[in-house]
Amino acid sequence: MDWIFLAELTVNGALTGLLYSLVAIGLVLIYKSSAVPNLAQGALTMLGAYIVLAFSHNLGWSLWIAIPLSVVIMFFVGIGIERVALRRLAGRPIVMILMMTMGLDIFLRGTTLAIWGGSSRSMNLGVSYDPFFVGDMLLSRIHILGAGVAIALFVAFMLFFRTRMGIRLRAISDDYLASWSVGISVEGGVGLSWGLASIVAVATGVIWGEVQGVDQSLSLLLLKGLTVAVLGGLDSILGAIVAGIILGIMESVGSFYLDAIVGGGSRELIVAAVLILTVMIRPHGLFGRHDIERI
Amino acid sequence: MFYRLSGVHHNSYKSDSKLFPVRADRNAVIFFLVLGVAAPFLIPSLYLNSYILPWLIWTAAVLGLNLVTGWAGQLHLGYAAVMAVGAYSAVHAAKFGIPWEFALLIGGLASSLIGSLFAFTALRVKGLYLALTTLAMQFVMDWVLTHSPAISGGSHASLQAPTFALLGQKITSDAGLYYVAFGWCVLVTIFMLNLKRTGLGRALVAVREKDFAAAILGVNSFYYKVVAFAASSFIAGVTGALLVATFYFLAAPEQFAVNVSIQVLAMVIIGGLGSIIGSYMGAALILLMPGVVNQIFSSVAEIMGWNWVSKRWPISRMQPMAR
Repeated sequence: MDWIFLAELTVNGALTGLLYSLVAIGLVLIYKSSAVPNLAQGALTMLGAYIVLAFSHNLGWSLWIAIPLSVVIMFFVGIGIERVALRRLAGRPIVMILMMTMGLDIFLRGTTLAIWGGSSRSMNLGVSYDPFFVGDMLLSRIHILGAGVAIALFVAFMLFFRTRMGIRLRAISDDYLASWSVGISVEGGVGLSWGLASIVAVATGVIWGEVQGVDQSLSLLLLKGLTVAVLGGLDSILGAIVAGIILGIMESVGSFYLDAIVGGGSRELIVAAVLILTVMIRPHGLFGRHDIERI
Repeated sequence: MFYRLSGVHHNSYKSDSKLFPVRADRNAVIFFLVLGVAAPFLIPSLYLNSYILPWLIWTAAVLGLNLVTGWAGQLHLGYAAVMAVGAYSAVHAAKFGIPWEFALLIGGLASSLIGSLFAFTALRVKGLYLALTTLAMQFVMDWVLTHSPAISGGSHASLQAPTFALLGQKITSDAGLYYVAFGWCVLVTIFMLNLKRTGLGRALVAVREKDFAAAILGVNSFYYKVVAFAASSFIAGVTGALLVATFYFLAAPEQFAVNVSIQVLAMVIIGGLGSIIGSYMGAALILLMPGVVNQIFSSVAEIMGWNWVSKRWPISRMQPMAR
């Protein structure tokens, strides 16, 4: 085993993990404000990617116009989903909310399949596919770009949560009733968090669309995003970043050793195992708050 | 809805725990039983075996899930995986030469065993986290199925089920297969109908409503959660085995993938948590709706002259969300 190869696996794993963090940040934003586990985040990511493609390929516009336009559209899609589907479920049992977001996931997947079909399309972001050399390690440029976007979003949200609006969101995530009583619009805040999560979904969709092509399988990112979010603590954005790196490294290094034993495809197994073990051992994750339901 | 017990007064404990407090209920059940027995003579066999039979089997599955989700209040997103355990172990047992009666039993017990593993997560967490863990377990099970050739016969392979037989009689006719499904569905329904009259059913409801209040009453919630998972998994296992034996005729991993789990849970929720008649209706709605809607769409499209609606759900092969 040579060390450079192990280092390469680790660094590439960390970069991929940061891309998972992108999905997880969207999940965390919504969970933080409204305690709704958004199982449709994967489908939202896919929808974001398809909308960008619709502008850039079908209409032939530049990506620099297509992406901001998609961000605006998805922001309102997110707010709309919250307004139409989730608001009336506030306070209902968790099973109803879970089924609603799952239903949304199926609905979005079905709709995109009906409109854009099942064939994979490429994003053509214009990032070179040539590997990027750091010493002797080969790194993928798009992964570096995506990791950069993840870090940038993390910093942006950290700053955002210090603004007046951000403080309102934090108050909402603390206590609905207390927020209402001091005149904060809880509904508006929760809607805003859905909008922000949908914006994150556009960024995720663009990056992942470039990595693996835009097709239905983008919605399968949900499981990895969910694992990262749970591992980091469902209400911690910092947790999403750190857990993303951890999961990415575990997946990349672990699957290298495990694949040789079980004959390939052990990535999903590692992800599922991490999810199960996290919930069993430390349900509130690495950085989450401790008030999570336990028996 | 109607408050149908209005005007029904119970003077004794016995009358309170009657199976049917309202006489109309009993008559309705008898009517539907007769209808079910007579169905092969009333309904063309194509409809019987491609709509009614899967509907009855899925209803049995939904009732099983309702036991754990509706009665005991534990979210379960890995139900299809438990069904897969039963289906695969029963088919393997039958291929090995064990009579189908025992093969079904083996399938049920194997499912019970694996399904109780899900219960151990339920002992630790609940709500969202239980849902996530069972979902992850479903993925693990999918992975095991597709990656162990010894079980599934290799990836992308399917396992041919031997001809179904009961008491040494090979059952191949449409009506015979229908009666098997019907019989199993009736058995599960009777079990579920009587569950609420027993101490077990009341204990499960107590655990659902508030587990520590149940503990104060002397109900060991850990024990009853395991029992609920084991019993529901037994039903799931036999149902999965029957699904393969009477409807699919071969077992493939995609038949028990994660979307099937979600669909069964959707059937339970649409039907109503803890409702038996609801389980029938929920299963019917989810199972038959895609086909019906698709037919409506394609006929509308034909009338309007559109041609972009494809026949994505083949009606002849009823399987929830066949993708």
